[in-house]
Amino acid sequence: MSLGDIVKKMSSEWMKGTGPENDIVIGSRVRLARNIVGIPFPAVAGEDQLRQVVDLVAKATEKNSRINPEMYEFVRMQEVPLLERQLLVEKHLISPQHTEQVKYKAVVLRKDEAASIMVNEEDHLRIQALFPGLQLLNAWELCNEIDDGYEETLAYAFSDDWGYLTSCPTNVGTGMRASIMVHLPVLAMTGQVQRMMGAVTQFGLAVRGLYGEGTEFLGNIFQLSNQVTLGHTEEEIIQHLTNVTQQIINQERAAREHILRRGKTQLEDRIWRSYGILSHARSISTQEAMQLLSDVRLGIDLGLLRGIEGRILQELLVMIRPAHLQQMMGRELSAPERDVHRAALIRERIAIPR
Amino acid sequence: MLCDACGKRIATVHVTKVINNEKTEAHLCQECAHEQGQMSFMTEPSSTFHNILAGLFEPETVISGRPIRTRVRCENCGLSFGDFRRLGHLGCNHCYETFHQQLEPLIRRVQGSTRHTGKVPRIEGRERLVRERELERLRKELAEAIAQEAYERAAVIRDRIRELEAEQD
Ligand SMILES: [Zn+2]
Ligand SMILES: [Zn+2]
Repeated sequence: MSLGDIVKKMSSEWMKGTGPENDIVIGSRVRLARNIVGIPFPAVAGEDQLRQVVDLVAKATEKNSRINPEMYEFVRMQEVPLLERQLLVEKHLISPQHTEQVKYKAVVLRKDEAASIMVNEEDHLRIQALFPGLQLLNAWELCNEIDDGYEETLAYAFSDDWGYLTSCPTNVGTGMRASIMVHLPVLAMTGQVQRMMGAVTQFGLAVRGLYGEGTEFLGNIFQLSNQVTLGHTEEEIIQHLTNVTQQIINQERAAREHILRRGKTQLEDRIWRSYGILSHARSISTQEAMQLLSDVRLGIDLGLLRGIEGRILQELLVMIRPAHLQQMMGRELSAPERDVHRAALIRERIAIPR
Repeated sequence: MLCDACGKRIATVHVTKVINNEKTEAHLCQECAHEQGQMSFMTEPSSTFHNILAGLFEPETVISGRPIRTRVRCENCGLSFGDFRRLGHLGCNHCYETFHQQLEPLIRRVQGSTRHTGKVPRIEGRERLVRERELERLRKELAEAIAQEAYERAAVIRDRIRELEAEQD
């Protein structure tokens, strides 16, 4: 399978909608930051040094006993066409920064898209794993294994006191950032999300969401991650984040039960209206689509809307983005054209089979 | 008002990002709002690091009684501490030694700790440190096993601790 086949595949491992707590947790991600001793970090390194890093990692990938060569592909970003770079970003396999100044950047992709390794992003190596549902531990174990394999041939920058040394001191220590993406429609609807966000910060975690002109968060999707990377083991950090997430899941479930008991009619009305717009719209923005899809997904989770699979949310989350729409249509699209094709794609995907 | 992202088109979409209850406003054109109108799993929590960095050194701060020598440069990569303050990034692993004294309080403040207890790479004569961390972990496990009255498991763990301790000497 070539890179083209990988990026053209419309669905990644993490989008499958499986995994524990998948009615609320969309996905779990772990990434490790690693650097090679003696070579300046990418932001400071010269061209020769950046090239040296790419060559070293290419060789280390070949020798990495934990990386099955049939499962992984080493790709220099320079050789990746612009649209395909964007597809990788939209699938969360590389960061937007990794598509710029690509001359000495590379990426190692696992073919099921459960893991990727960025070379010369902010650090020399950024090893990441993405799993559907609440599976941080599995994501960490995969990263850990890949990292063990690189350790056999790469001499990492490491200090006994400060652990893995990274370009930014906010990553020093474990070099690990663990994140969980959660869908919290009812906590958002009832205004409890603000309080939750405040509480979570007290636990040393970061929460982020995004919202548009209204008061609701875009798609009611939030990302929780650890702030601190030094002073705790990887397992401790993961356990802590998992515990806090579990409590948020419980709150969302309780809120869902409550609203079903107290306001089922209004809720049902809202869900079917959202479904009505999505199944009839001829042009739709990402923002509006995400908001309505959140309602539809809630309807599916609560059994009010039958015949559509829950993973529609994470699938469309990726497929309605610009590069994926252009990939699908096989040509460049203007913003208004994208709105039209986005609406058509959604209509097709959310049709309830008779 | 022009778009924050491209600076070319008129901003018509006003987006509020919320990170830890702190709002930041972005004014985007239709085009850029479409591109960015999606939260990415890849975007990391931009911590308050830069604020801390700014707060820690302004106006003319002195750390542990000594003025910061911003002119000293890392001999491996050439970065000065002034550069670090400006960029928020270090230049190489050697910078951590060169600026150890200035970085210590900063790391303590950002991380709440200055001692790594996690994974250790198994190379370069680090076997000792690997064993030390393994011992720490096993001692914790042993205490837990005893607390749960799991004496068989405790015995196994104790044997493993003895082995490791023998290797350490
Ligand atoms: Zn713009
Ligand atoms: Zn340096």
